[in-house]
Amino acid sequence: MRPIATTRSALGMPTGRLAVWWVIVSEIVIFGGLLACYVMNRVSHVEWGEQASHTNTWAGAFNTLVLLSSSLSAVLAHKAASEGNGPKAARLLYTTCLGGLTFLIVKSFEWTHEIREGFVLQSGGFWSYYYVAAGLHAFHVICGMLVMIWVASSAKKNQDLHRVENVGIYWHFVDLVWIFLFPLLYIAK
Amino acid sequence: MTQHDDQHGHPAGDAHAAHHEIGWFEKYFYSTDHKTIGLQYMITGMLLAILGAFMAYVFRMQLAFPGQSVPGFGVVSPGQYNMLITNHGTIMIFWVAMPVLVAGFGNYLIPLMIGADDMVFPRLNRLSYQIFFLSALVLLTSLVVQNGGFGGAWTAYPPLSANRDFNLTPLGSSLWLVAVALEFVAFLLGGINFIVTSMNSRAPGMKAFDVPIVVWCIVIASVLFMTSVGPLIAGAVMLLFDQTLGTSFFNPNRGGDPILWQHLFWFFGHPEVYVVLLPAMGIVAEVMTVFARKKLFAYKTVIYTIIATGVLSFFVWAHHQFVAGIDPRMANIFTVTTLLISIPIAEMCFVYIATLYGGAIKFSTPMLWALAFMAEFLVGGVTGIYLGASGLDVFFHDTYFVIAHFHYTFFPIAIIATMSGITMWFPKMFGRHLNEFWGKVHFWGTIIPFNGIFIPLFILGAAGEHRRVFDYHNFPHLDTPELQAMRIFATVSLLVMLAFQPIFIINYVHSLFRGRKAENNPWKANTLEWSTSSPPPHGNWPELPTCYRGPYEYSHPGRELDYWPQDEKA
Repeated sequence: MRPIATTRSALGMPTGRLAVWWVIVSEIVIFGGLLACYVMNRVSHVEWGEQASHTNTWAGAFNTLVLLSSSLSAVLAHKAASEGNGPKAARLLYTTCLGGLTFLIVKSFEWTHEIREGFVLQSGGFWSYYYVAAGLHAFHVICGMLVMIWVASSAKKNQDLHRVENVGIYWHFVDLVWIFLFPLLYIAK
Repeated sequence: MTQHDDQHGHPAGDAHAAHHEIGWFEKYFYSTDHKTIGLQYMITGMLLAILGAFMAYVFRMQLAFPGQSVPGFGVVSPGQYNMLITNHGTIMIFWVAMPVLVAGFGNYLIPLMIGADDMVFPRLNRLSYQIFFLSALVLLTSLVVQNGGFGGAWTAYPPLSANRDFNLTPLGSSLWLVAVALEFVAFLLGGINFIVTSMNSRAPGMKAFDVPIVVWCIVIASVLFMTSVGPLIAGAVMLLFDQTLGTSFFNPNRGGDPILWQHLFWFFGHPEVYVVLLPAMGIVAEVMTVFARKKLFAYKTVIYTIIATGVLSFFVWAHHQFVAGIDPRMANIFTVTTLLISIPIAEMCFVYIATLYGGAIKFSTPMLWALAFMAEFLVGGVTGIYLGASGLDVFFHDTYFVIAHFHYTFFPIAIIATMSGITMWFPKMFGRHLNEFWGKVHFWGTIIPFNGIFIPLFILGAAGEHRRVFDYHNFPHLDTPELQAMRIFATVSLLVMLAFQPIFIINYVHSLFRGRKAENNPWKANTLEWSTSSPPPHGNWPELPTCYRGPYEYSHPGRELDYWPQDEKA
């Protein structure tokens, strides 16, 4: 049984969505703190530009395209869910997961290549931030996919359709973090 | 996000529940009830406080009687001394003040005070406590592993904390860091629950400005925690990688920056002071209005003041780095912001004094603790002004003056306000009264020696005595035999204070079983939690209350009773 507290809405916003927004607030400061450290150090270390020149901008650009496109199906899933079409919402969520999977596969090839070239976590200041920031983001992609599969499996049976929107909000946030990471780690040489 | 939870749901409407006996373990260790989780947090915190106090006892004995065997511990080695002071600070802040004040009182009071049957996410709440419990176990493990516990101070500055060749505790320092990070996760989960519950699940009729101050305080504290801890979570990952994987985020030899950690730590660390201060202020506000039978002076001003304090607290952190080599122009700015933050805090103190003015004050145990909070915290606040001024701080930095200053803030927060809250809500939590006489004995036995411990430390600090020194005999320029009497006085005061604490424990345990029975509303208070039975049943009320007015309608003119419960129909 859900407590009555969960069903109340004094603010006018559903409880689940409100919670997702607060999760995002806490995530913004985690990534914000990390990126602020990176930017401040980057400005004072000219030699990091040379290290950064070894990243694969095209792979990063392709991944940006994939991740942003995957948000489209998340939005369409929300639309399907608000129309009460659970199975369609589930299919669209799985499509979004496919986008996330493509992102991770490209990233793993990229990292394998870089590690073979000898650029590892300890190779220098830039590489440390590169692997930690992109790794933390990839961790969020994986978590988002797992939650999405869980939400889709209940949406298929037309249960808890409000969660489709909530996981979509989270997915957009993961996209948004990547929009900051891509120029900072790949474009700025 | 809460799914059907057939084990802990309301029996009504759930046919399955009738057959499901909730076992002892499930009721006390695996419960989703916010009251149980609140008590779990509180009791875990108070048990760890005993360990933290024991550590203080050992290192104060070492300072007063250097090199002699400490009863119950033995001879203190330099490494052990560092481990003791580090973990005393860590435990008292992260595993005592945070769980008891924020998580404990937050969990227990928020749903009851806003008229809800539970938190909005009960299972997330249970997970929060479980992660917290795990973090406590990891911390305790870190104390007994090979080479001993971490000894690089609770602030864990690199390179000492990052390099195992410097700190000599490879396992202890990593486990310490993991424990702190886990604890942050636990409070993030709890904080989301607190914020969403108070925003969305208030009783019908309860507007934002009908919410008791303590709930406002805990919610704003949760927001502060959530928005300040992020960079330190990233920083903890970076430090852990420095320790274990050989990265060089904080290693100056390889292009890293050790001062960066200080910024990340104190960007969280200073708002953290207000994270624990605000709930303490809130508890004191509730106690004062009830026992002065007065409406809280300037309710809305208090809320705006809390918010102003919260916002300002994000712009003061670099006053911890005045001597770390930051730009002096930046130090000037942070001096100004630091001095500015004393304005909202002073304002709150004046508001509380105005609340007391002309009230029918009853010197019950909770009220004594609340008044002592005001008096002692004021000393801590005023000495903070010395330290906030960068010129003076260069002299006072890392001396016992700093120690005395922050113990005059943290002790009132973590012990005095907590005691005020526990003595206030004990009848609600357990349906029985604490013994008033022994409560007062414990009060005076704590407050008088507390001042005996820390007033000498102000003097020692002003005389230039450095903190974190194991034995002053090893440092001829610091060795001041003429001040030894003062160190001994402080240590003896500590022994006296510790000797009075069993009175509280015995009073607590004895009252649990033998205390005088408490009725629903023993203090004749207004807020919603007093309208249900003591202790409240699962689900809190047979029928959830409706709110008709603000929480502080005491001594309302033209009304026969001097209180006016929030749920009483007009």
